[in-house]
Amino acid sequence: MQNKKIQRINKQMEYNAYVKQKIPKPNYIKNCFWAFIVGGGISAVGQGIHNIFKETGFNREDAATITAIILIFFGAFLTGLGVYDRIGKSAGAGSIVPITGFANSIVSPAMEFKREGFIFGVGGKMFALAGPVLVYGFSSSVIVGLLYYFFRR
Amino acid sequence: MDYLRAFLVGGIICVIGQLLMDGTKLTPAHVLVLFVTLGVFLTAIGVYDPIVDFGGAGATVPLPGFGYALAKGAIKGVKTSGLLGAFTGGVSATSGGVAAAIVFGYAMAVLFTPKSKQ
Repeated sequence: MQNKKIQRINKQMEYNAYVKQKIPKPNYIKNCFWAFIVGGGISAVGQGIHNIFKETGFNREDAATITAIILIFFGAFLTGLGVYDRIGKSAGAGSIVPITGFANSIVSPAMEFKREGFIFGVGGKMFALAGPVLVYGFSSSVIVGLLYYFFRR
Repeated sequence: MDYLRAFLVGGIICVIGQLLMDGTKLTPAHVLVLFVTLGVFLTAIGVYDPIVDFGGAGATVPLPGFGYALAKGAIKGVKTSGLLGAFTGGVSATSGGVAAAIVFGYAMAVLFTPKSKQ
C-alpha cells in the first residue's frame, strides 16, 4: 500500500519534470524587440493624431481623448478584419498594452460568442477582458479621489 | 522629435508588459489590469506626470495612460466639486474612450465574423 503510493508520487514527479522540459522557452529578445517596435509604432501614430488635433485648436486633454477614440476605432476595425490578431502573434504585448489592444480585447470575445445571442453573447462577453480592467481602473480612481479629498485638500 | 520620444516611451512600456508575460505566469488580462492600476497609482504619487510630459502619446496611448487619465480626472473632480468629484471625475475624464470602445466594439462584433484560426 505504502509502496504503491510512493510509486505513484514518483511517477507524478517524473511527469512534471517531463512537462517542464517540453514547455517551449520564450524567445525573450525576439519577443521584446517586436513588442518595442509595434508598441512604439502605435504610440508614434497616436502622437501624430494628437498633434493634428492640437494644432486645430483642441486643448491637450481633448486631443488625447480624440486620439484614444480614433485608435480604439482602428483597433476594433482591424480586429474585425482579423488583421489585428495576426499582428498580435508576433507583437505580443506590443499589441496588447496600447489602447488599441483594449479595443481588441472587447471585439474578440464579442465576435467569438455571437452565436450565444446579442444580449449574453455579444453584450455580455465583450467585457470578458475589458470588464476587469474597468472594475480595477474605476475603483482605484475613486479611491485616489477619496484619499485626495480627505488628506490633500 | 516628439514622435521619437513617443515611440521610445510607448515601446519601453510594452517591453515591460512583454517581460511580465514571458517571465512570470501573468496572462495578458493580468498585465492589463496591473498596468491600469499601476497608472492610477503612479499618477496619484506624482511619478507618471513627468513621463507624460516627456513621452506624450507614448505614455498616454498604452494602458497606464488610461489609469493616468482616471487618476487625473478624479483629482480634478475633487478640486472642482468635492466629494462628488471623487466618484464622477475619473469616469467622466475617460468617458469618451470607454463609450467609443463599447460602441465600436459592439458594432465591429456584429458586422464581422471571426476568421478561422490556422
